[in-house]
Amino acid sequence: MHPHHPPPPPRHRRVRAAACSAAMALTLVGCAAERDPNVYTIMNSGTDEPYHSWDQEVMDACGDRAGVEVHQLSVPADQLVPKALRMASSDSLPDVISLDGSDLPQFAEAGGLVPLERLGLPTDGLTESALAFGSYEGVYYGAARSVNSIGLFYDADLLAREGIEPPATWEELRTAAAALTEGDRYGLAISALATEDGVYQFLPWLWSNGGDERELDSPASVEALEYVVSLVEEGSVSPSVVNWTQADANDQFIAGNAAMMVNGPWQMPVLREHPERAWAVAEIPVPAEGDTSVAPIGGEAYTVPVNAADPGREQVAAELVACLTTPEAQLDWSTKGSNVPLDPWAAERYRDEVPELSPFVDQVSTARSRTEHVGTEWNTYSQAIGTALQAALTGRASPQDAMERAQEQVESQTGGRP
Amino acid sequence: MRTRTPAPRRRALTPWLFVAPALAYMLLFFGYPLVRNVVMSFQDYTFSTYFTGEAPFNGLENWRTVFSDELFGASLWRTLLFTVGSLAGQFGIGMALALFFSRRFPLSGVMRSLLLLPWLIPMVVAGTVWRRVLDQETGVLNEALQALHLTSSAVPWLSSPDQALLSVVLVNIWIGVPFNMVILYGGLQEIPAELREAAVLDGAGPFRSFFSVTLPLLRPVVTVVLVLGFMSTVKILDLVLALTNGGPAHSTETLGTLTYQLSFLRLDFGQGAVVGNVLIVLSMVFAAVYLRANRGGVNR
Repeated sequence: MHPHHPPPPPRHRRVRAAACSAAMALTLVGCAAERDPNVYTIMNSGTDEPYHSWDQEVMDACGDRAGVEVHQLSVPADQLVPKALRMASSDSLPDVISLDGSDLPQFAEAGGLVPLERLGLPTDGLTESALAFGSYEGVYYGAARSVNSIGLFYDADLLAREGIEPPATWEELRTAAAALTEGDRYGLAISALATEDGVYQFLPWLWSNGGDERELDSPASVEALEYVVSLVEEGSVSPSVVNWTQADANDQFIAGNAAMMVNGPWQMPVLREHPERAWAVAEIPVPAEGDTSVAPIGGEAYTVPVNAADPGREQVAAELVACLTTPEAQLDWSTKGSNVPLDPWAAERYRDEVPELSPFVDQVSTARSRTEHVGTEWNTYSQAIGTALQAALTGRASPQDAMERAQEQVESQTGGRP
Repeated sequence: MRTRTPAPRRRALTPWLFVAPALAYMLLFFGYPLVRNVVMSFQDYTFSTYFTGEAPFNGLENWRTVFSDELFGASLWRTLLFTVGSLAGQFGIGMALALFFSRRFPLSGVMRSLLLLPWLIPMVVAGTVWRRVLDQETGVLNEALQALHLTSSAVPWLSSPDQALLSVVLVNIWIGVPFNMVILYGGLQEIPAELREAAVLDGAGPFRSFFSVTLPLLRPVVTVVLVLGFMSTVKILDLVLALTNGGPAHSTETLGTLTYQLSFLRLDFGQGAVVGNVLIVLSMVFAAVYLRANRGGVNR
């Protein structure tokens, strides 16, 4: 398929490679490998099938168009950043990296990414959320193919049988969850882990209530935590949620131990294996009727790392990024992978093709990026929020005290209120 | 023609040639990372360091930040609790089983090998399975306890901050018992049966013969078991991550999970290195104890 036969490396290159490995053995510094001019590497976290093969198809097609061969390098999601950092220290970053939206600011801040506009990718056709998602401090670094968010999954059969409407407000959710709690079954399953899983799920309560990660001790922020704690105290949510990942919440829902759950469309492959559970999705309930449901936006963006040794490659890399994120590519990927396309045309088509997931399209249109305001400091905020969440849920601290502690923790680590 | 090095010099050189490969290996794979880690703890080593290659020295700043964080003190204390609790349980049960199996009885070999199973299971797998077993509502353990009417309400094994550390210790004991049992059993086999028989003839009861004959002769083995156990326990990371992720509310955070958090989640490698160094110092103290104890054994 790719009849490229690169000429044998010239002698000086071989000598350099030998010298490099000798130096490496002696001093343990990494060396940039010589790159094949016809082979481009795209690093992503698509280790799972069928995503990996789907990606390879798209990448092959885009490679053909750009006249190069594309090599897909997939590493597990939690190892992508450490791996990229190691590669950065040895000047051997791949040509394109698919970065999680919350990691992008740090790479941009370190000067590791090329602004996409400089490589000829226009930004004027982008929606505001697509622009915000891929930007850091006003510069557009990452093109997203699809994004996701979280919503309220519910057991449609059960709710219909009990005559309960899908809840839209906090009060409705409280009543519905209490009514659906029975025997071994809880009304609602969430993840309240102190890691990103649980924090991600806490943000819709915080943000929809007008709370803010920069004002964790504000009345609106504290009220959001009080609400979640009250659901556990009333017995509608299991106290074990402090140990549940989002996948665990999904397992509980599938097993019938929870009538509703907060979760994302990435659980679809597992949900589809259990057709006996007739689920449906709604937006995350809001404090009062008429409020906007604000959930975090998640997903990955294609970025082009700086290639000082060979800037010409950046140009081709940008061509690949453009090809991977066309509206058609967005629609195709989102439909297959149950994510939401950012492009407005693709989003409308998506509503028609996957109507059961269209609440996610609404959720994404009002969703907020975690790094929008706090940028590279997000991890500090996330850890403080996770700690507060668990302290309050386990009764170690009142929601008020927990959030005040979190605010203090953030201020001492970032040096003041942003 | 002089082709031969003078004999005395060659003799002086020969031992070094034998030591050289091991020495080179140690320097490269232990010495270098160790020194690097110490140096890193005095540097502002963050995310951008990987791109710019710059990690300015910031004196004691990392140390001050880590030591003034109340989470550090709490984690240090919990690490010690965890280690002492795990070792006491592992060693006590391991010793009891070793003594039990040192008497010959039918099927003892089969049972002994079955007891080895927990050792063969990867830590992450064991952690994941135990997390399910210990789940407050759907866990097998609570179901069993309630069916047997041993508890009236479900025990919050991993979901209560007051209970979680104890639960992690119990799982770690389960994992560590086979190792202790095997090594101690091996040591018991080395003790000549005549000695114990002689003690019995002299009128020693089972307790007296254990504490005055068996245990003193087993001392070198006991030291090895405890020191190795200490080193693998004090740096615990994978089991805690799989069981509780350091939660709930940091109640199972240890030095191992703290250094992981600082380095790989907060990406502050300088501060992570500080905690790593504290762990190394702790291990070194016990390594010194081990070396001393061993020297005593040889001199006797």
